Amino acid sequence: MDIIDRRPNPHGKNLENRQRVLNKARDAVQRAARDAVASGKLREVAQGSAISIPSDALHEPSFQRVFTGGSRDIVLSGNKVFSRGDRIQRPPGGKGGGGGGAGEAGESGGGEDSFRFVLTRDEFLDLFFDDLELPDLVKREITTTETMASTRAGLASEGSPSQLDLGRTMRYSMARRIGLRRPKTETVRELEARIALLEDEAPGGEELTALRAELALALRRLNRIPWVDPVDLRYRRFTQTPKPSARAVMFCLMDVSGSMTERMKDLAKQFFLLLHVFLERRHKQVDVVFIRHAEAAEEVDEEKFFTDPRTGGTIVSSALHEMIKIQKARYPVSGWNIYVAQASDGDNSASDTPKSCLLLQETILPIVQYYAYIEIVGSGAIIRGETDLWRGYKRVAESMDQLVMRQVAEKRDIFPVFRDLFARRAEASP
Amino acid sequence: MNHIPGLPIAGGGRRSEAGGGLLYQGADWSFDTLRNSYDAIERIAAEELKLEIYPNRIEVITAEQMLDVYTSHGMPLIYKHWSFGKRFVGHENAYRRGLMGLAYEVVINSSPCISYLMEENSATMQALVIAHAAFGHNHFFRNNRIFREWTDPSGILDYLEFARSYIARCEERHGMRAVERILDAAHALQNQGVHRHSGAKLIDLKAEQQRDRERREHEERSFNDLWRTLPNGKTVAASDTQSERRRRLGLPEENLLYFLEKNAPKLAPWEREVIRIVRLIAQYFYPQPQAKMMNEGCATWVHSEIMSRLHEQGRIDDAAYLEVIHSTTNVITQPGFDQGGGGSFNPYALGYAMMSDIARVCTDPTDEDRRWFPDIAGNNDAVGTLKHAWSEYRDESFILQFLSPAVMRRFRMFRLLDDVSKPYLLVDDIHDEAGYREIRRALARSYDPSHFYADIEIVDLDLSGDRCLRLEHRTRAGHLLAEQDARASLRHLAELWGYEVKLIELDPQTDTVLATHTAAPLRV
Repeated sequence: MDIIDRRPNPHGKNLENRQRVLNKARDAVQRAARDAVASGKLREVAQGSAISIPSDALHEPSFQRVFTGGSRDIVLSGNKVFSRGDRIQRPPGGKGGGGGGAGEAGESGGGEDSFRFVLTRDEFLDLFFDDLELPDLVKREITTTETMASTRAGLASEGSPSQLDLGRTMRYSMARRIGLRRPKTETVRELEARIALLEDEAPGGEELTALRAELALALRRLNRIPWVDPVDLRYRRFTQTPKPSARAVMFCLMDVSGSMTERMKDLAKQFFLLLHVFLERRHKQVDVVFIRHAEAAEEVDEEKFFTDPRTGGTIVSSALHEMIKIQKARYPVSGWNIYVAQASDGDNSASDTPKSCLLLQETILPIVQYYAYIEIVGSGAIIRGETDLWRGYKRVAESMDQLVMRQVAEKRDIFPVFRDLFARRAEASP
Repeated sequence: MNHIPGLPIAGGGRRSEAGGGLLYQGADWSFDTLRNSYDAIERIAAEELKLEIYPNRIEVITAEQMLDVYTSHGMPLIYKHWSFGKRFVGHENAYRRGLMGLAYEVVINSSPCISYLMEENSATMQALVIAHAAFGHNHFFRNNRIFREWTDPSGILDYLEFARSYIARCEERHGMRAVERILDAAHALQNQGVHRHSGAKLIDLKAEQQRDRERREHEERSFNDLWRTLPNGKTVAASDTQSERRRRLGLPEENLLYFLEKNAPKLAPWEREVIRIVRLIAQYFYPQPQAKMMNEGCATWVHSEIMSRLHEQGRIDDAAYLEVIHSTTNVITQPGFDQGGGGSFNPYALGYAMMSDIARVCTDPTDEDRRWFPDIAGNNDAVGTLKHAWSEYRDESFILQFLSPAVMRRFRMFRLLDDVSKPYLLVDDIHDEAGYREIRRALARSYDPSHFYADIEIVDLDLSGDRCLRLEHRTRAGHLLAEQDARASLRHLAELWGYEVKLIELDPQTDTVLATHTAAPLRV
């Protein structure tokens, strides 16, 4: 009998199988992930959470019989009151008791016939942002600043002991020992043994003298030629190589004026939240600047941007000015790719719209890669004329490719619009 | 309190002298206590119960590893497939949310017989599950006729290793997609992938590997690119009478996977091998459900017998023995039909009740027992009688032979007649003098293996025509195939066969066609 402690064995035996299930149900999982986001709560969802997918995506069929007609008999236990000939009302909703089969799906609990998955944050976001990309990021990659990274660059004959390349060193040492004919320890021992043997058998013989001379020579060599010589030492060499990194900054501009209802602000926030998670995920090097504006604009931190309520009138150009100010101060065009996303309900004080459009056309658009404008439409307005801001921006967009504009009316629009804006294009547009 | 003078009173330390003293105290176990418990249990099993077992191997595992074991049908290793991942996620969810407790142990019908023990078990539970699995189940595996006949416990671990590496190699050579296609299809048909009517041939790893190597070598040796360039000649239309064809192909054939492996025209050699792997593993698991009730009953009876002997010998203290009683009682609870659980019989409950009842009939029979079991009543050889039953019966025949009125009364069994044409269910027998035999017969019938799996056979195929494969399902009264599943499974079958397949559901008495399903492969 053996007792074996298997507990220290490698864990995660089923990780690969689990991965395969995910791939198998990829479409369903992706849909579920996006539904989860559409229903709000991106924040919590993105922390890694459970999603349910319809179990037929993973159904394993087999030939199974079901009771369809005729009669059958069932033996049961726990009779308390029945005697022969009693009639029992059929239980409602079923053709009778033990109709197994439902088995596995019942465990999921989340609705009928669904299969629950707990995804890690990474898995979730991977699925969620699959095939999305920041547009045009390649374009200015060359001009971005460089960070240095250590890379291996062959061997050196000097260096710090921690970088000693033992394999290489011993190879050189061996070559040298063979080249200089350093006797092996075994050879010396063998000689000694033979000498000892001869000393016992035939002391003073000729062979013995020869062997002694040989031994003396071997010992001398052994002492002269070291096992490892400083010339053998080899160290791993590192050089600093410049690593190009695409740096980008994303300006998020949001209108928080009085005309924006809570619901509209909520939509805008959803959009930015999505954007924020996306940027964090895809581009480690992206700075995000949050600017909110009513009559006046201010830069705020993420927390404030998403949570702090604010009201007032609307002057869009204030936000644009603020953005330009920050860009000039911190993000020179030569070193950064610049992206802007703006969300607004389209209301603006009449005198400000032409000013904003001019600012956009002359100052901002020439220096940015991409400018996305999301206009949030009030829910009541089914038929609705174009707003001043929309009209003004539209004219600009006709001449400038960088400006893209979309309308969002409801929560479920947000993700399609987002995908539309950031879908990975086959070829970079000119 | 008395203790042997001269010995220090054990303060939590172990005090296991040969033949006496407590094996352990408290809930904590160590590998020493495991070994001591095993030795003490082995002595009782060998000397008093005279169990014959495969050599034991006991492995201690964690909860996560237990989930892994669940996933692979209780096998220590299995090839990779998404369905195992699905099962794992399902079990894991249920476990995490507290819907499901994990088993205390899992035991594998192999030689050496591997028992997995959970690390969370208390010392008493470890002793209990060693008695249960390493002796109870182990004895049953080794001695029961259907296990002896159908499985090869010494070869299974090697075979699984072979299967896993073979399938991994196929995935490397042909891509995961291609392998998955075959595995998906074969899994859908695995219940119809067993030989039911003859003993399985033993799995021989060496021969398997040899066969595989020869097949590949032959393929490589006989490779000639010229064959590819030959124009497709007209096949000679042979006159092919149905009876001759059926004889030549060995039809009707109930083992669908076997037939496909041997005859499907479009499969590559490695695809046949993959089908064979699924088929042989399905064959290995085939006996399990047929003797589940007996197997659990045997193991439960053995552990409760051994644990009470340990208590009598003073090797475990009262607290430990109460824990044993508590946990055994939990396991053998039989909820009534109206208490949830669907009213099916708990195999532990029924099994244990029947085993202890047989022991009672042997040693302390009533007049009724003498009438019902004249050959064993009062023979005073409970262990011998039980061991005979364990080795020669399966659930169906065991119930038919040994279910006594006493047990039927204890479970308060009754029989319901469910006739869809009537608006009510009829109680047509209860546990009384007139009903015992009927109830026993009906209960035994529900353990008939033909009850578990649909009886589907390949009956004909037209080799010179469109190669359509014809199957028949001989239905049980009132039972048809679940429509959607049948269609999906049939599509898998068509996928392997390569041509159209047609399944007809027949009433076995009148041969009237009740339903017809057809399916064609996706790529032709």
